[in-house]
Amino acid sequence: MVSGAWQVAATVVDPEIPVLTIEDLGILREVRVTAGVAEVTITPTYSGCPAMDAIRDDLERALTDAGYRAVRVHLTLSPAWTTDWMSEAGKKKLQKYGIAPPTGRARAAGASGPISVTMAVKCPHCNSLNTRELSRFGSTSCKALYECRDCLEPFDYFKVI
Amino acid sequence: MTVDVVALEEELVSRGVAASADVAEYALWLGDDALILAQQLGWWVSRAPELEEDVALGNIALDLLGHARSLLHYAGSADGRTEDDLAYWREASAFRSVHIVEQPNGDFAHTIVRQLIASHYMFELYLRLQRSSDATLAAIAAKAVKEVEYHCDHARQWMLRLALGTDESRRRVITALADLWPYVDEQFRDAPLIDRLGAVETGTVESGTVESGGVAVRPSNLREPFDAAISELFNEAELEIPAGPVARGGGRDGVHSEYLQYILGEMQWLTRQHPGARW
Repeated sequence: MVSGAWQVAATVVDPEIPVLTIEDLGILREVRVTAGVAEVTITPTYSGCPAMDAIRDDLERALTDAGYRAVRVHLTLSPAWTTDWMSEAGKKKLQKYGIAPPTGRARAAGASGPISVTMAVKCPHCNSLNTRELSRFGSTSCKALYECRDCLEPFDYFKVI
Repeated sequence: MTVDVVALEEELVSRGVAASADVAEYALWLGDDALILAQQLGWWVSRAPELEEDVALGNIALDLLGHARSLLHYAGSADGRTEDDLAYWREASAFRSVHIVEQPNGDFAHTIVRQLIASHYMFELYLRLQRSSDATLAAIAAKAVKEVEYHCDHARQWMLRLALGTDESRRRVITALADLWPYVDEQFRDAPLIDRLGAVETGTVESGTVESGGVAVRPSNLREPFDAAISELFNEAELEIPAGPVARGGGRDGVHSEYLQYILGEMQWLTRQHPGARW
């Protein structure tokens, strides 16, 4: 029963990156079923992420359609989401979709002074490592804007947090 | 078949946990700083020097709005008010934000200097607030600190470019520093509220001296790490910390300049003109 509800919840996709499910992103934290009532706990990627409303509505719809009597969606802030929770399958899907997946692992805030981008970000179009950051802030909170110096295409990079 | 409709705002922070009056007051300190700064930054969207900067300032504003929502929701749990009640229906004298965030956007240099001052203060604060004995504040801080670290970096990169750029950009950033530095001091003033709540720690994070059981971060403890981060940047940017008078402050007690009235006028008019409006 529990795993069944999890599988249904895990079909919900991120409205801004529709190739990724909320399971791929690591947003889906917990699913519980008690007497036909499904309780789902999700966590936002960023504090101000506007996609959470849509994800909550989609979860309610998906689980109701699957026959659960009632659906409750809880939002939790702790522990804080990190790109480390993104699945390997999710990273591959991102790359194929044209968004460079996060490279390397998050470190504790303030651990070593200013943020340093040491690992090269691979262009999702031509796989070149000869890329540069145009802006640390991109089309959504979770992405930075990059440019490939070989194929000259701009692309989004899912930044490590 | 029924679906419980759960309003997002009611689920943002720990379920069913109500803040005490003092914790609520402290959450307003931090939440109002974030809310007013977010409102100010939103103005830049479509007006920044380049498209990437529209996007960057818009994203920073969105992060801050997220922090404000969590904090105001928590503050409201003390007396049954919602985050919207607190954002839209309070008068200026009920806001607890510091004066730096209500300073005008000015030119781009003023906005960047304001970002530098506010983001470095917030970073040091949230870094320590993660250890608060109040689980909700600790959770909000742990989330916010990662985001604010990016805001600090954004401000630092621009400070370097403006200070070491053209004569004109350097002139403007020095003017902005002179205009805004008087408002730095207020961020680090202690208040009886902190003593009532208990301080999270007495020393620096590095020294590991942690006062157990504390809820709030003692503002005066943040001055040293703030100054260290600024000094390092200013050495590289060939800038000097302006000497001069310190502004009166009073934001934590609800004493504000006229600037806040205009910001609230813009932010609150729609809700007040059309109560209950939705889209």
